[in-house]
Parts: sequence; C-alpha cells; structure tokens
Amino acid sequence: MPPWFGHRYVTLALLAVTIGLLPLFFPSTYYFRVASLVWVSAFAAIGLNILMGQAGQVSLGHAGFFGVGAYAVAIGPTHLGIPVWAAVLAGAVISAGLAHLVGRPILRLKGHYLAIATLGLGVLVALVITTESRWTGGPDGMSVARLTLFGWRASGSSTWYWISGGLLVLGAWIALNLSETPTGRAFRALHDSEVAARVVGIDVSRFKLQAFVIASVYASIAGSMLALMNGFINPDQAGFLHSVELVTMVVLGGLGSVVGSIVGAAVLVTLPQLLTVFQEYEHLLLGLIIILSMIFMRDGIVPTISKPLARRSRA
Amino acid sequence: MPAEFGGVGRCIEPARIGLFGSVAWPPLAAKRSVEQRMSDFFQFLVSGLTVGSVYALVALGFTLIYNASDVVNFAQGEFVMLGGMVTVFASAAGVPLPLAALIAICIAVVVGLLLYWLAIEPARGASAVTVIIITIGASILLRGIAQIVFDKQFHKLPAFTGDAPVDLFGAAIQPQSFWVLGGTAVIVTLLYAFLELTLLGKAVLATAANRLAAHLVGINTRTVMALAFGGSAAIGAVAGVLITPITLTSYDVGTLLALKGFAAAMLGGMGNPLGAVAGGILIGLLESFGAGYISSTYKDAFAFIVILVVLVALPQGLFGRRAVERV
Amino acid sequence: MKLLPAIKVHVAAGAVGLLFCQPVVAQQTVKVGSVLSVTGPASFLGEPEDKTLRMYVDKINAAGGVAGKKIELIVYDDGGDANKARTFATRLIEDDKVVAMVGGSTTGTTMAMIPVFEEAQVPFISLGGAIEIVDPVRKYVFKTPHTDKMACEKIFENLKQRKLTKIGMISGTDGFGASMRAQCTKAAPAYGIEIVAEETYGPRDSDMTAQLTKLKGAAGIQAVVNPGFGQGPAIVTRNYAQLGMTAMPLYQSHGVASKSFIELAGASAEGVRLPAAALLVGDKLPDGDPQKKVVVEYKTTYESTAKQPVSTFGGHAYDGLYVLVDAMKRANGTDSKKIRDEIEKTKGFIGTGGIVTMSTTDHLGLDLSAFRMLEIKGGDWALVQPGS
Repeated sequence: MPPWFGHRYVTLALLAVTIGLLPLFFPSTYYFRVASLVWVSAFAAIGLNILMGQAGQVSLGHAGFFGVGAYAVAIGPTHLGIPVWAAVLAGAVISAGLAHLVGRPILRLKGHYLAIATLGLGVLVALVITTESRWTGGPDGMSVARLTLFGWRASGSSTWYWISGGLLVLGAWIALNLSETPTGRAFRALHDSEVAARVVGIDVSRFKLQAFVIASVYASIAGSMLALMNGFINPDQAGFLHSVELVTMVVLGGLGSVVGSIVGAAVLVTLPQLLTVFQEYEHLLLGLIIILSMIFMRDGIVPTISKPLARRSRA
Repeated sequence: MPAEFGGVGRCIEPARIGLFGSVAWPPLAAKRSVEQRMSDFFQFLVSGLTVGSVYALVALGFTLIYNASDVVNFAQGEFVMLGGMVTVFASAAGVPLPLAALIAICIAVVVGLLLYWLAIEPARGASAVTVIIITIGASILLRGIAQIVFDKQFHKLPAFTGDAPVDLFGAAIQPQSFWVLGGTAVIVTLLYAFLELTLLGKAVLATAANRLAAHLVGINTRTVMALAFGGSAAIGAVAGVLITPITLTSYDVGTLLALKGFAAAMLGGMGNPLGAVAGGILIGLLESFGAGYISSTYKDAFAFIVILVVLVALPQGLFGRRAVERV
Repeated sequence: MKLLPAIKVHVAAGAVGLLFCQPVVAQQTVKVGSVLSVTGPASFLGEPEDKTLRMYVDKINAAGGVAGKKIELIVYDDGGDANKARTFATRLIEDDKVVAMVGGSTTGTTMAMIPVFEEAQVPFISLGGAIEIVDPVRKYVFKTPHTDKMACEKIFENLKQRKLTKIGMISGTDGFGASMRAQCTKAAPAYGIEIVAEETYGPRDSDMTAQLTKLKGAAGIQAVVNPGFGQGPAIVTRNYAQLGMTAMPLYQSHGVASKSFIELAGASAEGVRLPAAALLVGDKLPDGDPQKKVVVEYKTTYESTAKQPVSTFGGHAYDGLYVLVDAMKRANGTDSKKIRDEIEKTKGFIGTGGIVTMSTTDHLGLDLSAFRMLEIKGGDWALVQPGS
C-alpha cells in the first residue's frame, strides 16, 4: 500500500464521504436520529480520546462537562435570554474554565487515583445540576429552545444529521492534526513516560492540563448539540453511567485512534437499538458482547483490525 | 503488623469524627438540649458506621483483587447483590435462612471464580483500562442475568435478631446494625489471620508485593488470583446478607455500591486493606454526619469533596504506599 | 492503513442499516406502541405496566381485536433514560408506524417524548405522574395516572380534617419525589398547612435515620409527608418506626401503591396513610361502587397471570389501553387524528384509577374523588372513613 493511504486527510475524506453517502441507506427519519446520536457521541469520544489515548490520562467524570454544555444551552436562552449560539460558546468556556481550575490539582494524581478524582468531579457536577431545580428543572430536566441562526430554525432529524456530521468531521480534523503538532507529540511523550518527558524539557503538568481542557471543550459542545437536537435535557446526561459509557466507547474503539472513537461510539449507540429484539436478554447480551470484544480485541476494534493489515503491507 | 495491613502512622480518622461530632450546626442548635444533641450524635454515628461497614466490605473486596492481580473489579457490587438476592429467593423457596445465606455465599464464590477464569484470565497482559472495561461488561452481564433469574422488585430479609430498636444513649439502633458492625469486624480479623498466619495467605501477600518474584519462588500465581476473586466474592456476599435486612435489595443495588466502594478503597490508599476499611467507614460517617449536621440535599457531595481534598493533599490516599516510579 | 478502518466503518454502517429492515406486516393489524421503563430505576413502574399491556392486548385479540383488526403491541424498554425514550419514540413513529402510544412510565421520559408525538400528530397516552404532562394541555398528549398535585391536595384535605397544620416533609430527589414536593409546597397555603421542616434523600439511599432525626427534633411538627417511590419510602417508614416517631401520622404518596410496600415496610407500615386508587381496596368497596367490578376483575386477572401483587401502576396502563381501544372503536378506524379526537371525547369511562371524563381542556379526566384515602391496618389496605 502506498504510504499516503495512512495520511490523515485521506481518513478525513473517507469520513466525510461516509457521512455523505450513509443517508442513501436510510428508510426513515429514525435512522437519521440514531446516526446523529452516533455523531454526537463520537464527537465527545474523540475529545476523551485525546485525553486518554494520546495523553494517557483517565477521566471517569467526563459526562460532567457534557452536562455543562447541555445545560448551558438550556439555561442560557430560557433564564438569561442570551441567543443559543452564544450559549454554546458560553458552555464551552465554562467547561474549559472548570477543567482548568480543577485540573491543575487533580492531574498530579496517577492511574486509579486520577480516575476517582475525576469521578468525584463528575458526580459533583451531576449533583449540582439535579439539586438546583430553580435553574435546571431538577431531576426531570428541562426543555431546550431550538437553535435559530439568522432566522432559520434547526429542527428535524435530518437537519441535525448534517450539523452533527459536519461538526464531527471538523472535530476529527482537529484531533488528527493535533497529533502531528508539537502539542500532540508532547502528549505522546508524557503518555510513554512522564519522567523521560520531563527530562527532555516538556512541562508535563501544563500539557496534561491542556489535554484535559481540550477534552472538556469537545464534551461540552457535544452536550450542547444533544440538548439542541432533543429539545430536552436531564441530569442523567451528566451522570456517572454516561461517563462510563464514554470511556467504554473510547477503549472499545481503540485508545489513541480517532477512527476508533467513532467506531466505538457507533457500536455503543446502535447496539442497544439492535438488541431490542431480545427484550429481556438485552443487558445480558450487551455485557457479554463488551466482555468478548475486549478479550479478543484487547487493543480496541480499530487497532486490532489495522495492525495485521499494516504488517502484511510491509512484508 | 505487616506493611500490607497498614503501619498506621496517621490517625486522621478519629480526629475527623471528633471535628464533625463536636459541631452542632444551626438546624438543630436552637432548641436542642445537650442530651438530645448527644442522642442525635449517636444516631448519626451508628447509622454512618452501619452504612460505612458495607462500603468497607466492598472496598476490602476491591483491594483484595487489586493486590493479587492489579485488576480494579467494577463487578464487585454485584457480589453484594447476589448475596442478598440469592438468600431472599432461596428462603422464599423454603430453605431455612442460615442455609440460604450459605448457598448465597457459595454461589457468589462460584460467580467470582467464573469471572476470573472466563473473563479476566483470558485477557492476561491486556492494558489496565481494557480489563476495567471487561469488569464493567461483567457487571452489566450479571445484572442482566439477575433480572431474568430473579425479578426486578425490591426484596427484604428478616432481621437476624428481631426489629425492636435498642436504646443507646438515647439513639434508637436497629439490632441488625450490631450484626453488620460485628460481621465486618469478624471478617477483617479473619482476613488478617488468614493473610498473616497461613501459608496460603502469605502466598497472597507475596503475590501482592511482587508477582514475578512470587512466581519465581514457586507460588502458583494463578491460583492465588483465583483465590482473591473467590474470597472477594465471599466477602461481598456476606456483606449483602448482613445488610439486606436494613437496606433491602434488588437486582441493581450493585452499581452504586461499587462506585462508593471504589471511592473508599482509593481514599484509604489502593492496595491497603486496612485503608480500605477505614475509607469505607469514613465515607459512611461523612454521609451520615453531613446529612445530619449540614444538609441532606448535598450529603453525597461531602464524601466526594473530602475525597478530592484528601487526594490532592495525599496523592496516595490516606494510608497508601509511596509509589516508586521506575524509569 | 487508515483506509481500511474507514471502509470498515462504512460497511458496518451499511450492515447495520440492512439489519434494521423488517418484514412487511399484513394489513390486518393495527400497531400500538409503548415505551416503558421495564428496567432501570423505574422498573417498579414499568414492569407491571409492561405485563398489563401484554396480557390485555392478548385478551383483546383473543376476543377478535378492535374494529376487526388485531392489535400489534410494540414495546421498547428505555431503562428510565429519557434520551433512549426519545429515540424509541422516533422509532415507533418513523419505523414501526404506530397509530397511537400508551407509555412513558416516568415524567422524565414522557416529557422527552412529547415533542415527537406532537410533531407527528400521533396520540400519546402517558403513564407519568407529574401535572406538567397535561398542564398546559397539548393536543396529542393525555394521561391516566392521578397527578402529583392531586395527591398533595388529597393528603392536605385529610390533614385539615384531623386539624393537623404543621408538617415536615421528607422527599426523594428523583423526578417523582422532587415534582410532588414542589406541588405540595405550592398547594399547602390553600389548605392552611405550614411546612415547618424539609429533608431529602437519594432514591438509592439505604438509610434515612439522619434526616428523620432532624425532623424529629424540629419544633411543632404534627405529621410527616413522604413524596417518593420505589424502595425509599419503605426504608423511610422502617426508620420512622425505629426512631419511635409513629405517634406522629406518616403520609405516603401514591408512588407506593402496591402490596410490596407493605411487605417491605413490615410492621412499621401500620397506621400509614396514603391517597390511592380504588384498585387497592377493590374487595372492600361497597357493592354499589361503580368501580368495583372493573378493579376486582383487573386484580384477579393480573395476580393470576403475573403472579405478583397488583399495583396501581399496572392499573394506569390498563386504563390507558382501554381508553385507547374504546376510542379506536368509536373512531372505527386507524386514523391517528380521529383516534385523538375520540380519546378527547371519553366520557364516564370506568377505569382502575377512577371514572374518566376528558375534555378539550382536561386531558386527564379525573378529579379528587378518584383518589381514595387509605390506611394500612393489619398488613392490608383499609378505606379511611370520611371525616377521620
């Protein structure tokens, strides 16, 4: 295979082509909706992948930032009267600020300790959202005003398919490019060995924080998209189980692989839809599939598939 | 005491209890007499200790498995669920309660061993995150099976020695609380005795210290790891049997317990069994005193805020070992 | 190297699309959809609803169906997740093409699904509790369970009768508990009730002695109200007795309206009062009561088929199904808009929850008399005599 096949622009082009051609297979709006959910989750997963796959940290509270973005877009227009697009930006800024503030102290932790600290952060965010019902509508959530840009109202599953698909291509482009910049290389260096990275002069804590903030912005924008798409949001989107789902998407698809995150998101969003035919046995089968996938494809779906092909092409 | 079991240099926990206990905050301050404040304090104390004991047992299970195999087992809470649910269904089928409890513990141990042999062992050598996802999948699987084999309702068990509350300094304590506290103490003691005084226990400690070295001196590390999973499952199941008369049980009680147990294990210092117990009890007390003295709305927040503060100040947890980073 | 994974995504997506293809169904059936929380934190609600719908659809089909067609019931489990519920709602409308839906076990899932049904102009009979489902009235949304506002009013009515004016409230932080708490706070002044102290607990909490101790210590409290559902209220009731507070009346909500509450709470449930549908005391109703026949028949059928004690949640699903079926009979067809109009014209329908009479401004159709005040006596439900 010629070397340029692995180039990131080819990946992006293929992603764009896939997003563009997929609707040809869709018999009804329902499929647009499922696909939009996949694109939104994939967007958040790509961000988390930058933190976990490239920089090697772990975050079990990522849904907290997702929730911040989602509720920013709910509270902003309804309670504060700001336009929706401004609320999306505000959500991203607040997420980044929160990540920056809390990230500095907790990113000093390693491994499981970092996991628990981020978990705690996510739980706290979800708790505040659930309790402050005057602003957030409480545990039953609140409705979200639709996105209006220059008079055009964005609603309908197919509209959101294109919006989320477009944003996904943008997000993937940023993530793919990031790994080739000095920042991305710094991430990879500190992932491999923090001590060695420090020895060559990389400010480890600054880069860890950067990865954390970038990931939080991705999650926040994804959260805003979901809230606008649904016209409704509730605190479960910021909860622990959603954080676990996001981590599973990243790991299942393949840590460090942008395409892997998209595949992981696709699997975890469409699988429950497919398993509904099994009714009672749905959870059982879901758990079984996750276990078997991780045992037999322990590096994730995409790396497991692409490694033997890489080997063969070199031979 | 061996290094594994603590070397408790810091006695932070009793100081914390004192701090919380001595402050009677506004919600109760105005019209409560000293007697009433004392009885409130004991009420919160015992309820915190009871709930904390369950977290402690779950955290102990986490620690045991982590020490033997470096795996963080998110399916730990399901063992507690199995302990409670199997006992309920067995005794509903006519089996006398003690025997039903024993059956529940045995089934949990079998499930723990199967988890190790079928899910963890085949993934030997995979990265830590991969194995965590496997245990998450296992937790979903076990819940899915429980839904089908049992049902989705809540169930209770009769209290071991009756329901009549016991008066302790003015606080009304359920007799079952004493069973929970006593049971936890017994388990921790038995575990300590096993690890310290039996050869197999020492093999577990050796595997925890350095798996390769243990393997080199002839310890069958695979047996040790299976033992850790089985033992963890047994501890979780016993916790389930003890606590169900107080907290009721259903097919999905495991999730929240696993979360809190994991937090407790980390708070106490991952890998330190005494730390795990201390962490669990501390979280239980924080929740209870937080609800009682500050605000019941944010009581879950207190535990996690304290965890965050502790971890920032002490990155290895309360009693964790200083990690040496190999370059 | 990255080409192949991208192709894999494409192929996988296409395969996924193909897997969704379903065989063409014969025209002899009319499709009714349902999105219920059969698993998850609201399975307490969703499971009896699921069982009820299935057993009665089978019964109706055995008797010939509706307007000459058999009902095809399509049930999806949202696991209590509003986002999933929303997706299933879209699936029911776009993919399965249902003519109507009876479902939405919780308020959260219902509110997420409402926009979908309103836009598609398909009638949606909700099984959720909060008043905001039908207030403001939406053209295509109806509901069968009593509202949380009605529960508060029924409790306050009884408190007023017993001349108890100062109460404490301990509520669950789940959607049902929080919503009912808000309604009770709003409704209290109209009945002269003062809420002196308030506590909350998480829906999965296992011990509420701390919160109850605080309520015990609050000065002047004469009764305690507990909005919540699931196992929380059972634990609250047990802790209440443990702390020796039973001299003060304890009121539960209709969220515990099933025998399993009495089983779980045990002896501590004695004397607890709650507003509930007549379904729970079917055999104790006087023979002249118009609801007696329906509730007794539902209770016998449910308990013999599902082998579980009957609950009002399943009863709401029964009401929803039969309101829909009657409307379909009157509309004599499967046109969603006509069915909606007929649902709105429901008059004097005798259900397990009460006697339903809807109108253009009332998409619930029940009033306060549909709630009976019950007390737990001797491990069983008992009707509270008027005036006590």
